[in-house]
Amino acid sequence: MKTMNMLHAINSALDITMAENDHACIFGEDVGYFGGVFRATSGLQEKYGKHRVFNTPLTEQGIAGFANGLAAFGAPAIAEIQFADYIFPAFDQIVNESAKFRYRSGNEFNVGNLTIRTPYGGGIAGGLYHSQSPEAYFAHTPGLKIVVPRDPYQAKGLLRAAIKDDNPVIFFEPKRLYRASVGEVPEEDYSIELGKAEVVQEGKDVTVLAWGAQMEIISAAAEKAKEQGISVELIDLRSILPWDVETVANSVKKTGRLVVSHEAPITNGFGAEIVATIQQECFLHLESPIARVCGLDTPYPLALEKEYIPDALKVFEAIKNAVEF
Amino acid sequence: MTNPNNVSLNISHELAFIDSHALNIPTYRVLNEQGGVSEGATVPEIDQATALKIYDTMRFIRALDERMQAAQRQGRVSFYMQCLGEEAAVTASAAALDDNDMIMAQYREQAALRYRGFTLEQFMNQMFSNEKDLGKGRQMPIHYGSNELNYMTISSPLGTQIPQASGYAYGQKIKHINKQSGELDSEIDNITICYFGEGAASEGDFHAGLNMAAVHKAPVIFFARNNGYAISTPAEEQFAGDGIASRGVGYGIKTIRVDGGDALAVYAATKTAREHATKTGEPVLIESLAYRLGAHSTSDDPSGYRSKDEEASYRENCPVARFRTWLVAQGWLDEQEDEKVKEQVREQILDALKVAEKVAKPPLEDLISDVYNTPIPSLQAQYEQLKSHIKKYPDAYPITAGRIK
Repeated sequence: MKTMNMLHAINSALDITMAENDHACIFGEDVGYFGGVFRATSGLQEKYGKHRVFNTPLTEQGIAGFANGLAAFGAPAIAEIQFADYIFPAFDQIVNESAKFRYRSGNEFNVGNLTIRTPYGGGIAGGLYHSQSPEAYFAHTPGLKIVVPRDPYQAKGLLRAAIKDDNPVIFFEPKRLYRASVGEVPEEDYSIELGKAEVVQEGKDVTVLAWGAQMEIISAAAEKAKEQGISVELIDLRSILPWDVETVANSVKKTGRLVVSHEAPITNGFGAEIVATIQQECFLHLESPIARVCGLDTPYPLALEKEYIPDALKVFEAIKNAVEF
Repeated sequence: MTNPNNVSLNISHELAFIDSHALNIPTYRVLNEQGGVSEGATVPEIDQATALKIYDTMRFIRALDERMQAAQRQGRVSFYMQCLGEEAAVTASAAALDDNDMIMAQYREQAALRYRGFTLEQFMNQMFSNEKDLGKGRQMPIHYGSNELNYMTISSPLGTQIPQASGYAYGQKIKHINKQSGELDSEIDNITICYFGEGAASEGDFHAGLNMAAVHKAPVIFFARNNGYAISTPAEEQFAGDGIASRGVGYGIKTIRVDGGDALAVYAATKTAREHATKTGEPVLIESLAYRLGAHSTSDDPSGYRSKDEEASYRENCPVARFRTWLVAQGWLDEQEDEKVKEQVREQILDALKVAEKVAKPPLEDLISDVYNTPIPSLQAQYEQLKSHIKKYPDAYPITAGRIK
C-alpha cells in the first residue's frame, strides 16, 4: 500500500497496462512529454517511448476515430479527451462507431480494446466548458460501458477493469478530486468488477445514491443527517452503464426511501433512469417519493456555481424531506 | 527550437498570394480511352494471372450490379448500390495490395471484397439479411464485412473510416518500431487502404484522419474516389480547390492523381504507394478520377440533376471495356470465351439469389447478441420479457415465433 492521490492511482493503472502489452498506446492532447494538463500520464512517455505515448493534433473526433481503428487492430487504445466538455466532436465516433462496431459486423470486428479517459465535473470555477458531466448522453447508447470512480483506490481498480474489459469504456474522472482525494492504494495490479455498485455505508432510514465526486457531497450530507438521528445508507453506483439495479433495489427495499444526486442537469440526467427503474422494482416498498438532487437545467454557471451545485445542504434537505414525508 | 512554426523557411520581398490551383496537379494515365497504351506511357509490371483476376472481378461485379439493381426494382432486396464506372479504380487498387492488408471501404467497393475472395453466396446472404449473413442480418444491403478477408465491415456514416484507418495502420506499424530509437527497424508487412468519395472528404473525419496519419506516420493509403457526384451534389458544389489531391500536399502527405478508369494506372499507382508506406511508414493519398455512371443508390434517380448526354459521354469511356481491349491485344483474353463466361456468371448470380432469398432470417437471440461481448443484465431481462411476449402473440412475429427456445 502506498498513499496516492487520484492522479497517481490513474498513472499507476496506466503504467501497469503499458508494461503488460507492447502494443498498448496512450494518446491525446498534451499527454506526451508534458504528461497531460492534469499530469495523469506523467513520466509514461519517457518510460515507454514517443511511439506509444504521444500528443495528438487538437481533434477530438480524430482521437476517437484513431482510437477506434487502433482498438479494432487489437491494440489496447487508451485515449484521453482533455475535458469531458470537449468530447462532443467525438460524439459520432463514439456513439455511431465504438458502440456499434461489434453489433454491426456480427462480431467480425470489435473495439473492446478501447478506453476513453476524460476528466468531468464542476466545483473548480471552470464555468460552462470545464465543468460538465455528460455521462447521460452516452448512457443512452447500447454498446458502451460508463464508469466513474470516487477515490484513488477505486480509480486504479476500475480503470484497470475498464482497460481489460472487452467492450469500449468511457472512464469519467472527477477532476475536482484529482489531487484532493488521497488514500491508500496497492502498488500492484488489481481490478474492481464493472457494473457493480458498492454500499459504502449501511443505514436503515434512507438510501442515498451518487457516483464520482458527488460521493463526497452525499457523505457530508449523511453526516449531517446522522446528527439529527437519521440513518443513511450510501451507495456509490460506480458504473453508470451497465448499472447495478439489484444492489440499489435491495437497499431501497430495506430503507423504503431513495435520494439520487448528480451534478448534471436534472432533466434526462441518469438519475431519471434510476428513479424509473427503482419505482418499478420497489413500488410497494416505497415510503416516500424518490427524490433527485441535481444540477439545475442551465448551462454550468461560474459566479453562481455555489447556488447551482447539488451541495451537501441540498442533499441533506432532501434526506430530511424523504424521512419526514 | 529553431523552427517553432514548422514551415519552410523562405523569406520573400514580393507580395504575392499563391493561386488556389497553383499546383495544377496532373492525372497519371497509362491506357488511353480506347484501351491502347498512351504515347510515352510505360506499362507497369503486371503478370497475366493478376491482370485476368482484375478483369474477372470487374466482369463479375458488373453482372452482380446489373442483376441486383433489377432485384431491387422487383422488390426482392430493399436497397442496392452499383460500382458502375468505378470498377477499375476499386479492383485494380485492391489488386495492388497484399491479402493481409486491411481494407476500410466506404460502401461502393464490393469489387475489392470480391477480389479478396468473398463468394457469391456471401454477397447474397448479406443482401438478403438471412441467418447466414456474417453481419447477422443487422445492416442494410451492401454493408459487407469479413474478418477472414481483412475487409472492415461497412458503416453508413460517411468518412468515419478515415481516422479509423489511421489508427488501424498505426497498430500495424507498432511492432516494426525500434523501442530505443523510435524509428522503423524493419519493413512493415501489412498496411491499410481507406476508400472514400469526394463528398465524404468534406467531413471533419477526413481532416482528422489525414492529419493524424501524416503527423503520426501511419502506413495507410487514402484512396479518394472522386466520381463527380455526392448523391446529387456535383463536385463543383462540394469544394473549390484542385480536387482532393491538393489537400494531401497541405497535410504533408505524398499524393498522386490517377485516371480511375485506367486499371493499369491505378494498379501501378497503388503498388508504388504501398511500397512507400511499407518502407517509410508514411501515408499516401491517391485521388482517382472516374465518373459515377450509375445512380448513387437504388433510392436515387440521376435524371433529376444531370443530363443523359453527360452520362452517355462517360459511358463511352467504360473502364471495363478499356482494360478488356488491352487484355485482348496482349493475347491474354479470348473474346468468345469472355462472352461465354459472362453468360455463365449471370446464371450463377440468378441461381444464388434464388437460394439466398429462401434462407431463414436470423434467430431472435441475434437481436441482443454482440451489443456487448456478453449481454448485460438489463438487456438479458429485456430479452426474456420479449420472448414471453412473442410466445403470447406468436402470429404477430412469424419470423421468430416458431424458433424461440
